[in-house]
Amino acid sequence: MKTFYWLVKREFWEHRGGFFWAPVVTGGIFLLLNIMGIITAEVLGASHGIEIGASGGLKQVIAQMDAGDMSKVGLALDVAMYSAMGLLVVVLGFVVFFYCVGALYDDRRDRSILFWKSLPISDASTVLSKVVSATVLAPLIAVVVGIVVGMLQLLIVAITLSFHGIDVWQLLLLAHPFKLMFNLIGYIPLYVLWALPAVGWLLLCSAWARYKPIRWAVALPLTTGLLISWFGIMGLFNLPAAWFWRHIVQRSLLSVFPGSGSLFAGMPHRVSSLDGLHALDLGSTYQLLGSPELWLGVVVGAALLAGAIWFRRWRDDS
Amino acid sequence: MSAVITATGLGKRYKSALALDDVSFQIEPGRIVGLIGPNGAGKTTALKAILGLTDFSGELNVLGFDPRKQRDQLMGEVCFIADVAVLPRWIRVGEVVDFVAHVHPRFDRAKCEAFLARTKLTPDQRVRQMSKGMIVQLHLALVMAIDARLLILDEPTLGLDILYRKQFYQNLLEDYFDENKTIIVTTHQVEEVEHILTDLMFIRDGRIVLDADMDAVGERFIEVMVNADKADTARALKPLDERQVFGKSIFLFDGVGRDVLEPLGEIRRPSISDLFVATMKGTYA
Repeated sequence: MKTFYWLVKREFWEHRGGFFWAPVVTGGIFLLLNIMGIITAEVLGASHGIEIGASGGLKQVIAQMDAGDMSKVGLALDVAMYSAMGLLVVVLGFVVFFYCVGALYDDRRDRSILFWKSLPISDASTVLSKVVSATVLAPLIAVVVGIVVGMLQLLIVAITLSFHGIDVWQLLLLAHPFKLMFNLIGYIPLYVLWALPAVGWLLLCSAWARYKPIRWAVALPLTTGLLISWFGIMGLFNLPAAWFWRHIVQRSLLSVFPGSGSLFAGMPHRVSSLDGLHALDLGSTYQLLGSPELWLGVVVGAALLAGAIWFRRWRDDS
Repeated sequence: MSAVITATGLGKRYKSALALDDVSFQIEPGRIVGLIGPNGAGKTTALKAILGLTDFSGELNVLGFDPRKQRDQLMGEVCFIADVAVLPRWIRVGEVVDFVAHVHPRFDRAKCEAFLARTKLTPDQRVRQMSKGMIVQLHLALVMAIDARLLILDEPTLGLDILYRKQFYQNLLEDYFDENKTIIVTTHQVEEVEHILTDLMFIRDGRIVLDADMDAVGERFIEVMVNADKADTARALKPLDERQVFGKSIFLFDGVGRDVLEPLGEIRRPSISDLFVATMKGTYA
């Protein structure tokens, strides 16, 4: 267990840039763009003589809001916080993707694998430490950064409004940062399961390829998909192209993007109203556990990881 | 005491060539064995087999383990420096010491830090900022702090300047080696290791062509410096090698008695590099 902790820590040392700085910088840029937007609005507003809340109208509106309105304000604030997370999730997807492709290849290329292999560490724990780094550590850091950025975002909005004499601090209490945090962190175990086939596939390519694992990782499913579609167009063999694209290509490459499970797996209920945020509640997201697609993916992912461990043990090219 | 390594009929074939051809040998504890051979002779393959890094045919027992099946346990007792500059380039001195300290049960952190204190390395320094010589200092400090029974060095000083090379072997002898440890070293810089070796193994085209301890080597191989008038007599004794220096011929004999050779001229012990060159004649031809 101690060894495993240090193995994960080593991954963090090596990939501080992707795991930590990428979300921090993304969050920073997100906030900066927001501030720039607000300043633009202020400047344009001032030059056109528009003064928000000058007449105290907004204050009155706030004072007259009923419970239903209040919950909508809370929802809007939650959306503002989630929006920061949305961007981070995309960045996280890319970080995890490229991390997995290189995880078992880079040290073979620079031959430092010979150093790691001189230590009494099993190849299984090495590979599993990379799985945990990709599916638990990286998302956890992204979530923490996302929550901090989300809160700063709220703060910026509140400060801006308070320049206009509007006391919105009480409104901030309508947001649900803790529920949000709970939802996001709680999503990680589901992410581990959903991402497993992609992580397994990418790590397998990473452990197996002699050159440029990314070429194999991407080209193999894509070309196969194209071939199948092509045969389909010509009416040959009658292979289920759509099925292949959705269940093989997508699962092997795109599952590392958090939330792709809920998006692609065809969640039972689609929500269109403002209550849409409930789709992000764990109660909704975890309905994915009921889909055989998830569990099939887990089984396939485990098999791919077993392959990655085998290649890690026996690949002999350094 | 039982042997550290027992190899019986080791074989390994790569697509293009035979890397190990029915190799058998035994290495006892407390020895420093030089595994010497030309490029592509199978040295590294042999070491990889011992370390469980490659598959092979035949029987191999290293410290009681089968390196194919029990690699994880084996690596608790074995250390190796594959060659210079295999430490990951992104890691810092402090990080790598921390890491090894927590994953290796036989690592002595205080010892390692004492070794590092003798160098110019600082905890914040990254491997990518170091020269080759400094990387080897770091690697050696890590390895010497591990109480392993077998240390394997594959070209550990390749590309280092003479100061680092001398220091490397000096440290090994003074601060590391004792009768419970065994070292196997491969190198092309034979003259640097010849004074520390206790055993010598020559490997050529995947076969062991010489396997003897240094005393036996000294008795078996004799070099004689012969004047021109006695050169034909010497040639009749079937020398391994002949070369000319300052009008005299130097002959290298294998297994010819000292009493036979003494009348021919001045007798001396051949250097390992001369022995090596004579044994490997025609390898690249």
